[in-house]
Amino acid sequence: MATVFIPAALRRFTAGVERATAHGRNVRALIDDLDRQFPGIRAQLVEDDEVKPSIAVSIDGEIATGGLLDPVNESSEVHFLPALAGGTIPSCA
Amino acid sequence: MAESTQTQSFKVVGTRPIRPDGVDKVTGRARFGADYAFPGMLHGKLLRSPHAHARIKSINIAKALKLPGVKAVITAADLPPLPENKSEALGEIAMNPRHLALNILAHDKVLYDGHAIAAVAATSPHIAEEALRLIDVEYEVLPPVMTVERAMEPGAPILLPELRNPESGDQPTNVAMHLPIKKGDPDAGFKSADYIVEREFRTAMVHQGYIEPHNAVGVYNSDGHATIYCSTQGAFDVRLLSAKVLGIEVGKLKVVPAEIGGGFGGKTTIYLEPLSVLLSQKTGHPVKLVMSRSEVLRASGPTSGSTIKVKMGATKDGKIVAAKVWMAYEAGAFPGSPVMAGALTILAPYVIENLQIDAYDVVVNRPKTAAYRAPGATNAAFAAETVIDELAEKCEIDPLAMRIQNGAHEGSPHPAGPPYRRIGFIETCEAIRSSAHYKSPLAGPNRGRGVASGFWFNAGMQSSATVNIHTDGTASVVTGSPDIGGSRASMAMIAAEVLGLPFEDVRPLVADTDSIGHTDVTGGSRVTFATGTAVYQAAQDAVNQLKERAAKLMDKKPDDLEFRDGAFAVKGNGAPPMTIKQMAGKLARAGGPVVGRATVNARGAGPAFATTCVDVEVDPDTGKVQILRCTVAQDAGRAIHPSYVEGQMQGGTAQGVGWALNEEYFYDEKGILRNTGLLDYRIPTCLDLPAIDTIIVEVPSPTHPLGVRGVGEVSIVPPPAAIANAIYRAVEVRMTQLPMSPPRLLKAILAARQEPARLVAAD
Repeated sequence: MATVFIPAALRRFTAGVERATAHGRNVRALIDDLDRQFPGIRAQLVEDDEVKPSIAVSIDGEIATGGLLDPVNESSEVHFLPALAGGTIPSCA
Repeated sequence: MAESTQTQSFKVVGTRPIRPDGVDKVTGRARFGADYAFPGMLHGKLLRSPHAHARIKSINIAKALKLPGVKAVITAADLPPLPENKSEALGEIAMNPRHLALNILAHDKVLYDGHAIAAVAATSPHIAEEALRLIDVEYEVLPPVMTVERAMEPGAPILLPELRNPESGDQPTNVAMHLPIKKGDPDAGFKSADYIVEREFRTAMVHQGYIEPHNAVGVYNSDGHATIYCSTQGAFDVRLLSAKVLGIEVGKLKVVPAEIGGGFGGKTTIYLEPLSVLLSQKTGHPVKLVMSRSEVLRASGPTSGSTIKVKMGATKDGKIVAAKVWMAYEAGAFPGSPVMAGALTILAPYVIENLQIDAYDVVVNRPKTAAYRAPGATNAAFAAETVIDELAEKCEIDPLAMRIQNGAHEGSPHPAGPPYRRIGFIETCEAIRSSAHYKSPLAGPNRGRGVASGFWFNAGMQSSATVNIHTDGTASVVTGSPDIGGSRASMAMIAAEVLGLPFEDVRPLVADTDSIGHTDVTGGSRVTFATGTAVYQAAQDAVNQLKERAAKLMDKKPDDLEFRDGAFAVKGNGAPPMTIKQMAGKLARAGGPVVGRATVNARGAGPAFATTCVDVEVDPDTGKVQILRCTVAQDAGRAIHPSYVEGQMQGGTAQGVGWALNEEYFYDEKGILRNTGLLDYRIPTCLDLPAIDTIIVEVPSPTHPLGVRGVGEVSIVPPPAAIANAIYRAVEVRMTQLPMSPPRLLKAILAARQEPARLVAAD
């Protein structure tokens, strides 16, 4: 199962849990599984069947560019980060 | 000077050829946006608000329309209905198109001094200006909200009645967003600290200071298509955003990027462009709009002023054990300050196990902020790097050693979570520590030396490139990235390196939006990384096609050939190779022309770090700071053209010095900007700056074929903190407010000496 790091802004949906595990072969399935564990979290991450423009998804240290379709491995580490306005997406890789 | 950890050998990359656009620029032949002219062209001017905050009760344009020579007057009523109030992913940009439209022409409210209200097209600029005076606007003036503190107070006047955030519930607010970041247990961390430093910082709203004002020429065609000629960092973004505001299809707009006289992030959005099209549509003529300097300062996007509180604790041995940050940035009239970037950069160079950051995006009655070179990071570093300097002093540790001890490295986590790949932060500190500058003595009264570091993400995003092989064996490389810092040269050098051609045989071009595939903005220090990757791949594609052609011409199979130094040779065969130049004229017989193509959505841009060392001398009687010496070390990954990397490092440092010492927006009590020209808005000149020494550190990015990292932004980040730290060592005063202008510093010096303030100007 992938390890998902819950950002501080969303920990109200996880009862303060900072790190969770979730199944899913891509970001969409991963978020769906997270939402089953922590109801309401999907709506914070997804809008109009896309990752919200304000959210960037980091998979194994690299900012994903494929939105909900980006693949996730069982050993992946996934972070949800704020996407920067004005054309810049944070990259920590 | 370059310090490299790479061993790859190159023939073109790493050399310093003369820029291919240089002759046009020094001879005045280069066409900037305002140089465009067309038969029958009209001139446009904008009516702007004289109030910082007011309700528009009525606009009467009747008298203006009757003035001879006036061809059209437009207001917000001429724009399509406002888009829905929500952020959209416009390409890679998250933006609220409703706010974008409201900023371009005010609807029912003006939200800052200079907010555009109406636009006139006339046969001359003078007639257009005269017509502005004939437009009657009736206002209900409202109290202005000029600071984040005032905007966040309960009961503060509300700028945008519809604005909410998840914490405000149904209540209107001026706080557009609160971003919390938390890791570990900060309170427990502070308990383990031997020293704790807590300070509050303020930075002023500052402008990018590009020399060329915003401009646009709109040419509307009766078939419903239109062309915009303008100075921009992103032609595709202008097209997308203008189409959104105009309510037309993207494909009906073509944007031709003109030569650009500076942008530094400020030309990544739109102001005049859709209005030029609308006025052209109304009049049937091309319409040119050019801002004055005053308009640029009043109504284009500067970067945020900010209030930042930092509390940081360390153990005696110099380990930083906890940090808490509260930061609020002025967004201007609409949400979207770079406070998120500030939050994600402020502690990014360091490994701190326990941290908490609370960042607030706050609307105020100032112009909507735009990107400015490492947006949000300079404010943030001023605060954090000053506190780290103070902690180092308490721990009696060299400030660079403190940074190295706590510095992030490969595998350590960014404060927001993901681990770094290979990065060069510590290498920049080491480069400064071993520099002749840092080792040199600094003698004399009122002199001090300071250091500081900075981080910037760097971006990837989408780019397209084509490489055309000409019949004489030369090539052209076409991209959609406007050249704001020497990228034409870098693109030609990358293509030349792959093709095995001399630099002079590759001509770079920047194409319009109909002539090249989608390319995101020139910003985020992304062009050499992302567009450079596309060019590298397009040149490789051309080589692969040439190989097939060469195989036909040599009566061999492609796999029998190897490519080296611009020529194809049969493997294991001593026969003379066939050069690209020899085969280029014969392509018609071997399969036809060769056009290499590539598109990328580049991921994993390696982040950039810089460390700056500065020596200052302070005049204790006037508060004036003279910079005696300045050295910046920056990780470039791989410097394609070292001179242009050094130019970026020097340019960013110069802007950081201006931000540190002089620049600030002065608003009066009514919210009117009082310094609307460059005589009063004081950007540094060559007389204010020393020679800025550069040390290029090369820790290759693992995600770029040549190891490139973006280099355009991070050097602006450390200077304000480095100068503040140097001032402290010179006169023992900790400065916590930017700019550290003579009156402000003098006041602090006098206060520190407990002398009466004799010559203190108002803050």
